[in-house]
Amino acid sequence: MLFWTLFSRTFLLSAFTVGGGYVIVPLMRKTFVEKLAWIEESEMLDLIAIAQSSPGPIAVNTSILIGYKIAGVPGALITLFGTILPPLIILTLFSYVYHIIRDNKIMRALFYGMSIGVAVVILDAVTSMATTIVSKRKILPVFMMIGAFILAITLNIHIVVIILSCAAIGILVTLLASWRERKNQNAGTAP
Amino acid sequence: MYFQLFWSFVQIGLLSFGGGYAALPLIQQQIVTIRGWLTLQEFTDVVTISQMTPGPIALNAASFVGSQLLGIPGAIIATIGNVLPSLVIVLILAWFYFRYRSLKLIQGMLYGLRPAVVALIASAGLSILFLALFNRPTLPESLHEVSWFAVVFFCLGFVFMRRKKPNPIMIILGSGLVVVVVYLLGIPI
Repeated sequence: MLFWTLFSRTFLLSAFTVGGGYVIVPLMRKTFVEKLAWIEESEMLDLIAIAQSSPGPIAVNTSILIGYKIAGVPGALITLFGTILPPLIILTLFSYVYHIIRDNKIMRALFYGMSIGVAVVILDAVTSMATTIVSKRKILPVFMMIGAFILAITLNIHIVVIILSCAAIGILVTLLASWRERKNQNAGTAP
Repeated sequence: MYFQLFWSFVQIGLLSFGGGYAALPLIQQQIVTIRGWLTLQEFTDVVTISQMTPGPIALNAASFVGSQLLGIPGAIIATIGNVLPSLVIVLILAWFYFRYRSLKLIQGMLYGLRPAVVALIASAGLSILFLALFNRPTLPESLHEVSWFAVVFFCLGFVFMRRKKPNPIMIILGSGLVVVVVYLLGIPI
Protein backbone atom coordinates (compact mmCIF):
# COMPACT_ATOMS: atom_id res chain seq x y z
CA MET A 1 0.00 0.00 0.00
CA LEU A 2 2.84 2.39 0.90
CA PHE A 3 4.69 1.52 -2.29
CA TRP A 4 1.53 1.83 -4.34
CA THR A 5 0.87 5.33 -2.95
CA LEU A 6 4.47 6.36 -3.66
CA PHE A 7 4.20 5.03 -7.19
CA SER A 8 0.77 6.41 -8.05
CA ARG A 9 1.44 9.89 -6.63
CA THR A 10 4.71 10.36 -8.50
CA PHE A 11 3.27 8.80 -11.67
CA LEU A 12 0.28 11.18 -11.70
CA LEU A 13 2.43 14.25 -10.97
CA SER A 14 4.79 13.36 -13.79
CA ALA A 15 2.03 12.47 -16.24
CA PHE A 16 -0.11 15.57 -15.84
CA THR A 17 2.28 18.39 -14.96
CA VAL A 18 3.46 20.38 -17.94
CA GLY A 19 6.30 22.81 -17.33
CA GLY A 20 9.12 20.67 -15.97
CA GLY A 21 10.83 20.51 -12.60
CA TYR A 22 10.04 24.01 -11.41
CA VAL A 23 6.33 23.17 -11.53
CA ILE A 24 6.49 19.50 -10.48
CA VAL A 25 8.66 20.03 -7.38
CA PRO A 26 6.24 22.47 -5.62
CA LEU A 27 3.41 20.02 -6.34
CA MET A 28 5.47 17.18 -4.84
CA ARG A 29 5.96 19.31 -1.73
CA LYS A 30 2.21 19.91 -1.54
CA THR A 31 1.46 16.20 -1.92
CA PHE A 32 4.01 14.76 0.51
CA VAL A 33 4.19 17.59 3.08
CA GLU A 34 0.64 18.97 3.17
CA LYS A 35 -1.68 16.22 1.97
CA LEU A 36 0.06 13.04 3.15
CA ALA A 37 2.17 14.72 5.90
CA TRP A 38 4.91 12.11 5.40
CA ILE A 39 7.75 14.66 5.31
CA GLU A 40 8.25 17.77 7.44
CA GLU A 41 8.39 21.15 5.75
CA SER A 42 11.99 21.96 6.76
CA GLU A 43 13.24 18.55 5.72
CA MET A 44 11.50 18.89 2.36
CA LEU A 45 13.32 22.18 1.76
CA ASP A 46 16.63 20.41 2.47
CA LEU A 47 15.72 17.61 0.08
CA ILE A 48 14.90 20.12 -2.67
CA ALA A 49 18.27 21.84 -2.05
CA ILE A 50 20.06 18.51 -2.51
CA ALA A 51 18.02 17.79 -5.66
CA GLN A 52 19.02 21.15 -7.12
CA SER A 53 22.70 20.56 -6.29
CA SER A 54 22.79 17.20 -8.08
CA PRO A 55 23.11 16.60 -11.80
CA GLY A 56 20.08 15.44 -13.74
CA PRO A 57 16.45 16.59 -13.88
CA ILE A 58 15.35 18.25 -10.61
CA ALA A 59 11.98 16.45 -10.66
CA VAL A 60 13.74 13.08 -10.95
CA ASN A 61 16.19 13.94 -8.17
CA THR A 62 13.42 15.17 -5.85
CA SER A 63 11.34 12.05 -6.42
CA ILE A 64 14.35 9.81 -5.63
CA LEU A 65 14.94 11.72 -2.37
CA ILE A 66 11.28 11.55 -1.34
CA GLY A 67 11.19 7.79 -1.95
CA TYR A 68 14.47 7.32 -0.08
CA LYS A 69 13.31 9.40 2.88
CA ILE A 70 10.03 7.48 3.20
CA ALA A 71 11.03 3.91 2.37
CA GLY A 72 14.81 3.68 1.83
CA VAL A 73 16.41 2.53 -1.41
CA PRO A 74 13.37 0.43 -2.51
CA GLY A 75 11.22 3.54 -2.03
CA ALA A 76 13.67 5.58 -4.12
CA LEU A 77 13.45 3.05 -6.95
CA ILE A 78 9.64 3.08 -6.82
CA THR A 79 9.31 6.88 -6.99
CA LEU A 80 11.99 7.04 -9.69
CA PHE A 81 10.02 4.49 -11.72
CA GLY A 82 6.79 6.46 -11.21
CA THR A 83 8.45 9.64 -12.44
CA ILE A 84 10.15 8.27 -15.56
CA LEU A 85 7.32 6.07 -16.80
CA PRO A 86 4.97 8.82 -18.16
CA PRO A 87 7.59 10.60 -20.33
CA LEU A 88 8.77 7.21 -21.56
CA ILE A 89 5.27 6.26 -22.72
CA ILE A 90 4.26 9.68 -24.09
CA LEU A 91 7.45 10.35 -26.04
CA THR A 92 7.68 6.82 -27.44
CA LEU A 93 4.15 7.22 -28.78
CA PHE A 94 5.05 10.65 -30.11
CA SER A 95 8.14 9.38 -31.89
CA TYR A 96 5.91 7.03 -33.93
CA VAL A 97 3.45 9.81 -34.76
CA TYR A 98 6.36 12.13 -35.61
CA HIS A 99 7.37 9.93 -38.54
CA ILE A 100 3.90 10.34 -40.04
CA ILE A 101 3.43 14.08 -39.49
CA ARG A 102 6.89 15.54 -39.90
CA ASP A 103 6.74 16.01 -43.68
CA ASN A 104 3.21 17.44 -43.67
CA LYS A 105 3.46 21.09 -44.74
CA ILE A 106 1.01 22.45 -42.19
CA MET A 107 2.67 20.50 -39.38
CA ARG A 108 6.03 21.81 -40.62
CA ALA A 109 4.69 25.39 -40.40
CA LEU A 110 3.34 24.66 -36.91
CA PHE A 111 6.66 23.23 -35.73
CA TYR A 112 8.57 26.07 -37.36
CA GLY A 113 6.43 28.63 -35.54
CA MET A 114 6.74 26.73 -32.29
CA SER A 115 10.54 26.60 -32.64
CA ILE A 116 10.56 30.42 -32.70
CA GLY A 117 8.42 30.32 -29.55
CA VAL A 118 10.88 27.87 -27.96
CA ALA A 119 13.77 30.22 -28.79
CA VAL A 120 11.82 33.06 -27.12
CA VAL A 121 11.21 30.97 -23.99
CA ILE A 122 14.81 29.73 -23.70
CA LEU A 123 16.40 33.13 -24.30
CA ASP A 124 13.94 34.71 -21.85
CA ALA A 125 15.08 32.19 -19.20
CA VAL A 126 18.74 32.86 -20.08
CA THR A 127 18.18 36.63 -19.76
CA SER A 128 16.67 36.20 -16.28
CA MET A 129 19.47 33.86 -15.14
CA ALA A 130 22.22 36.11 -16.53
CA THR A 131 20.61 39.16 -14.87
CA THR A 132 20.68 37.35 -11.51
CA ILE A 133 24.39 36.60 -11.91
CA VAL A 134 25.31 40.12 -13.06
CA SER A 135 23.21 41.79 -10.31
CA LYS A 136 25.35 40.15 -7.60
CA ARG A 137 28.19 42.44 -8.72
CA LYS A 138 30.96 39.88 -8.39
CA ILE A 139 33.59 39.93 -11.12
CA LEU A 140 34.53 36.26 -11.27
CA PRO A 141 31.09 34.73 -12.09
CA VAL A 142 30.42 37.35 -14.79
CA PHE A 143 33.88 36.75 -16.26
CA MET A 144 33.30 32.97 -16.21
CA MET A 145 29.89 33.35 -17.84
CA ILE A 146 31.23 35.45 -20.70
CA GLY A 147 34.31 33.23 -21.08
CA ALA A 148 32.25 30.03 -21.17
CA PHE A 149 29.89 31.56 -23.71
CA ILE A 150 32.73 32.58 -26.05
CA LEU A 151 34.38 29.16 -25.71
CA ALA A 152 31.08 27.39 -26.40
CA ILE A 153 30.11 29.31 -29.53
CA THR A 154 33.41 30.05 -31.23
CA LEU A 155 35.76 27.18 -30.45
CA ASN A 156 34.76 23.59 -30.76
CA ILE A 157 35.51 22.80 -27.11
CA HIS A 158 33.77 19.84 -25.56
CA ILE A 159 31.12 21.02 -23.07
CA VAL A 160 32.49 18.56 -20.50
CA VAL A 161 35.76 20.54 -20.38
CA ILE A 162 33.89 23.80 -19.76
CA ILE A 163 31.66 22.30 -17.06
CA LEU A 164 34.46 20.52 -15.21
CA SER A 165 36.83 23.49 -15.25
CA CYS A 166 34.14 25.87 -13.97
CA ALA A 167 33.24 23.38 -11.21
CA ALA A 168 36.93 23.16 -10.27
CA ILE A 169 37.24 26.97 -10.15
CA GLY A 170 34.15 27.14 -7.91
CA ILE A 171 35.54 24.55 -5.50
CA LEU A 172 38.96 26.24 -5.40
CA VAL A 173 37.46 29.66 -4.68
CA THR A 174 35.30 28.23 -1.89
CA LEU A 175 38.23 26.37 -0.33
CA LEU A 176 40.40 29.51 -0.51
CA ALA A 177 37.65 31.61 1.08
CA SER A 178 37.13 29.20 3.98
CA TRP A 179 40.90 28.88 4.47
CA ARG A 180 41.26 32.67 4.61
CA GLU A 181 38.33 32.89 7.03
CA ARG A 182 39.95 30.38 9.34
CA LYS A 183 43.26 32.25 9.17
CA ASN A 184 41.53 35.52 10.04
CA GLN A 185 39.74 33.88 12.94
CA ASN A 186 43.04 32.50 14.23
CA ALA A 187 44.67 35.91 13.88
CA GLY A 188 41.74 37.52 15.68
CA THR A 189 41.79 35.13 18.65
CA ALA A 190 45.59 35.14 18.98
CA PRO A 191 46.83 37.05 22.05
CA MET B 1 24.76 0.69 -30.58
CA TYR B 2 22.81 -0.07 -27.39
CA PHE B 3 25.87 0.69 -25.34
CA GLN B 4 26.66 3.91 -27.23
CA LEU B 5 23.10 5.10 -26.68
CA PHE B 6 23.26 4.18 -22.99
CA TRP B 7 26.66 5.83 -22.52
CA SER B 8 25.66 9.06 -24.29
CA PHE B 9 22.71 9.50 -21.96
CA VAL B 10 24.78 8.59 -18.89
CA GLN B 11 27.04 11.53 -19.80
CA ILE B 12 24.05 13.82 -20.35
CA GLY B 13 22.59 12.82 -16.98
CA LEU B 14 25.92 13.13 -15.18
CA LEU B 15 26.75 16.62 -16.44
CA SER B 16 23.42 18.45 -16.58
CA PHE B 17 23.55 20.59 -13.44
CA GLY B 18 20.72 23.04 -12.91
CA GLY B 19 17.80 21.03 -14.27
CA GLY B 20 15.55 21.73 -17.22
CA TYR B 21 17.38 23.62 -19.91
CA ALA B 22 20.83 22.63 -18.61
CA ALA B 23 20.49 19.33 -20.46
CA LEU B 24 19.91 21.06 -23.82
CA PRO B 25 23.52 21.87 -24.80
CA LEU B 26 24.64 18.41 -23.68
CA ILE B 27 21.96 16.62 -25.68
CA GLN B 28 22.80 18.78 -28.67
CA GLN B 29 26.50 17.97 -28.44
CA GLN B 30 26.09 14.25 -27.79
CA ILE B 31 23.18 13.45 -30.11
CA VAL B 32 23.56 16.00 -32.92
CA THR B 33 27.25 16.94 -33.05
CA ILE B 34 29.12 13.82 -31.92
CA ARG B 35 26.84 10.93 -32.86
CA GLY B 36 24.77 12.53 -35.62
CA TRP B 37 21.70 10.56 -34.48
CA LEU B 38 19.39 13.55 -34.97
CA THR B 39 19.62 16.55 -37.28
CA LEU B 40 19.45 19.98 -35.63
CA GLN B 41 15.94 20.26 -37.09
CA GLU B 42 14.84 17.03 -35.38
CA PHE B 43 16.55 18.12 -32.16
CA THR B 44 14.58 21.39 -32.29
CA ASP B 45 11.37 19.40 -32.78
CA VAL B 46 12.23 17.27 -29.72
CA VAL B 47 12.83 20.38 -27.62
CA THR B 48 9.54 21.86 -28.82
CA ILE B 49 7.63 18.69 -28.01
CA SER B 50 9.39 18.38 -24.65
CA GLN B 51 8.10 21.82 -23.69
CA MET B 52 4.55 20.88 -24.60
CA THR B 53 4.44 17.45 -23.00
CA PRO B 54 4.78 16.73 -19.30
CA GLY B 55 8.12 15.62 -17.92
CA PRO B 56 11.71 16.84 -17.92
CA ILE B 57 13.31 17.72 -21.29
CA ALA B 58 16.22 15.32 -20.85
CA LEU B 59 13.90 12.39 -20.18
CA ASN B 60 11.68 13.30 -23.10
CA ALA B 61 14.70 13.57 -25.38
CA ALA B 62 16.02 10.24 -24.10
CA SER B 63 12.73 8.47 -24.83
CA PHE B 64 12.39 10.12 -28.23
CA VAL B 65 15.95 9.50 -29.43
CA GLY B 66 15.96 5.95 -28.03
CA SER B 67 12.74 4.97 -29.73
CA GLN B 68 13.72 6.67 -33.02
CA LEU B 69 16.94 4.66 -33.10
CA LEU B 70 16.07 1.31 -31.57
CA GLY B 71 12.35 1.25 -30.83
CA ILE B 72 10.94 0.72 -27.35
CA PRO B 73 14.05 -1.07 -25.97
CA GLY B 74 16.08 1.95 -27.11
CA ALA B 75 13.73 4.34 -25.29
CA ILE B 76 14.04 2.29 -22.09
CA ILE B 77 17.83 2.03 -22.31
CA ALA B 78 18.31 5.76 -22.97
CA THR B 79 15.97 6.67 -20.10
CA ILE B 80 17.74 4.34 -17.65
CA GLY B 81 21.12 5.72 -18.76
CA ASN B 82 19.83 9.25 -18.23
CA VAL B 83 18.62 8.72 -14.64
CA LEU B 84 21.33 6.33 -13.42
CA PRO B 85 23.85 9.08 -12.48
CA SER B 86 21.05 10.97 -10.68
CA LEU B 87 20.11 7.89 -8.68
CA VAL B 88 23.67 7.17 -7.55
CA ILE B 89 24.73 10.77 -6.86
CA VAL B 90 21.51 11.87 -5.16
CA LEU B 91 21.58 8.86 -2.82
CA ILE B 92 25.25 9.46 -1.94
CA LEU B 93 24.57 13.16 -1.30
CA ALA B 94 21.49 12.36 0.79
CA TRP B 95 23.55 9.96 2.87
CA PHE B 96 26.28 12.57 3.42
CA TYR B 97 23.72 15.24 4.14
CA PHE B 98 21.87 13.29 6.80
CA ARG B 99 25.23 12.45 8.34
CA TYR B 100 27.10 15.76 8.29
CA ARG B 101 24.40 18.36 7.54
CA SER B 102 26.82 20.36 5.39
CA LEU B 103 27.12 20.77 1.66
CA LYS B 104 29.91 23.32 1.53
CA LEU B 105 32.01 21.77 -1.26
CA ILE B 106 28.92 21.13 -3.35
CA GLN B 107 27.83 24.74 -2.89
CA GLY B 108 31.30 25.81 -4.02
CA MET B 109 30.98 23.65 -7.10
CA LEU B 110 27.57 25.19 -7.87
CA TYR B 111 29.05 28.67 -7.47
CA GLY B 112 31.38 27.86 -10.37
CA LEU B 113 28.80 25.94 -12.39
CA ARG B 114 25.97 28.48 -12.42
CA PRO B 115 27.62 30.99 -14.79
CA ALA B 116 28.85 28.18 -17.06
CA VAL B 117 25.36 26.66 -17.24
CA VAL B 118 23.81 30.00 -18.22
CA ALA B 119 26.42 30.42 -20.96
CA LEU B 120 25.87 26.90 -22.32
CA ILE B 121 22.07 27.22 -22.32
CA ALA B 122 22.48 30.53 -24.15
CA SER B 123 24.56 28.83 -26.84
CA ALA B 124 22.01 26.02 -27.29
CA GLY B 125 19.16 28.57 -27.38
CA LEU B 126 21.01 30.61 -30.00
CA SER B 127 21.52 27.63 -32.29
CA ILE B 128 17.76 26.94 -32.16
CA LEU B 129 17.08 30.62 -32.87
CA PHE B 130 19.60 30.78 -35.73
CA LEU B 131 18.09 27.68 -37.31
CA ALA B 132 14.70 29.41 -37.29
CA LEU B 133 15.98 32.79 -38.52
CA PHE B 134 18.72 31.78 -40.97
CA ASN B 135 17.97 28.11 -41.68
CA ARG B 136 21.43 27.23 -40.30
CA PRO B 137 22.78 26.95 -36.74
CA THR B 138 25.36 29.74 -37.15
CA LEU B 139 25.27 33.38 -38.23
CA PRO B 140 24.30 33.80 -41.92
CA GLU B 141 26.87 34.36 -44.63
CA SER B 142 24.61 36.61 -46.66
CA LEU B 143 21.42 38.57 -46.03
CA HIS B 144 19.52 36.32 -48.47
CA GLU B 145 19.53 33.60 -45.83
CA VAL B 146 17.71 35.76 -43.29
CA SER B 147 13.99 35.17 -42.79
CA TRP B 148 12.92 38.74 -41.95
CA PHE B 149 9.48 37.54 -40.97
CA ALA B 150 11.04 35.27 -38.33
CA VAL B 151 13.37 38.04 -37.09
CA VAL B 152 10.49 40.46 -36.53
CA PHE B 153 8.27 37.75 -35.10
CA PHE B 154 10.99 36.64 -32.65
CA CYS B 155 11.65 40.21 -31.47
CA LEU B 156 7.93 40.85 -30.87
CA GLY B 157 7.62 37.53 -29.02
CA PHE B 158 10.67 38.27 -26.87
CA VAL B 159 9.44 41.72 -25.85
CA PHE B 160 5.99 40.29 -25.07
CA MET B 161 7.57 37.51 -22.99
CA ARG B 162 9.76 39.92 -20.95
CA ARG B 163 6.93 42.40 -20.36
CA LYS B 164 3.90 40.20 -19.73
CA LYS B 165 5.49 36.97 -18.44
CA PRO B 166 2.89 34.70 -20.05
CA ASN B 167 2.87 30.93 -19.63
CA PRO B 168 5.69 29.55 -21.86
CA ILE B 169 3.33 26.97 -23.35
CA MET B 170 1.02 29.76 -24.54
CA ILE B 171 3.99 31.50 -26.22
CA ILE B 172 5.12 28.30 -27.98
CA LEU B 173 1.66 27.20 -29.06
CA GLY B 174 0.67 30.74 -30.03
CA SER B 175 3.79 31.17 -32.19
CA GLY B 176 3.03 27.87 -33.93
CA LEU B 177 -0.56 28.85 -34.65
CA VAL B 178 0.38 32.31 -35.97
CA VAL B 179 2.84 30.77 -38.43
CA VAL B 180 0.26 28.19 -39.55
CA VAL B 181 -2.22 31.02 -40.25
CA VAL B 182 0.47 33.00 -42.12
CA TYR B 183 1.28 29.87 -44.14
CA LEU B 184 -2.38 29.17 -44.95
CA LEU B 185 -2.84 32.77 -46.09
CA GLY B 186 -0.07 32.10 -48.60
CA ILE B 187 2.27 34.79 -47.28
CA PRO B 188 5.88 33.71 -47.94
CA ILE B 189 7.84 33.20 -44.72
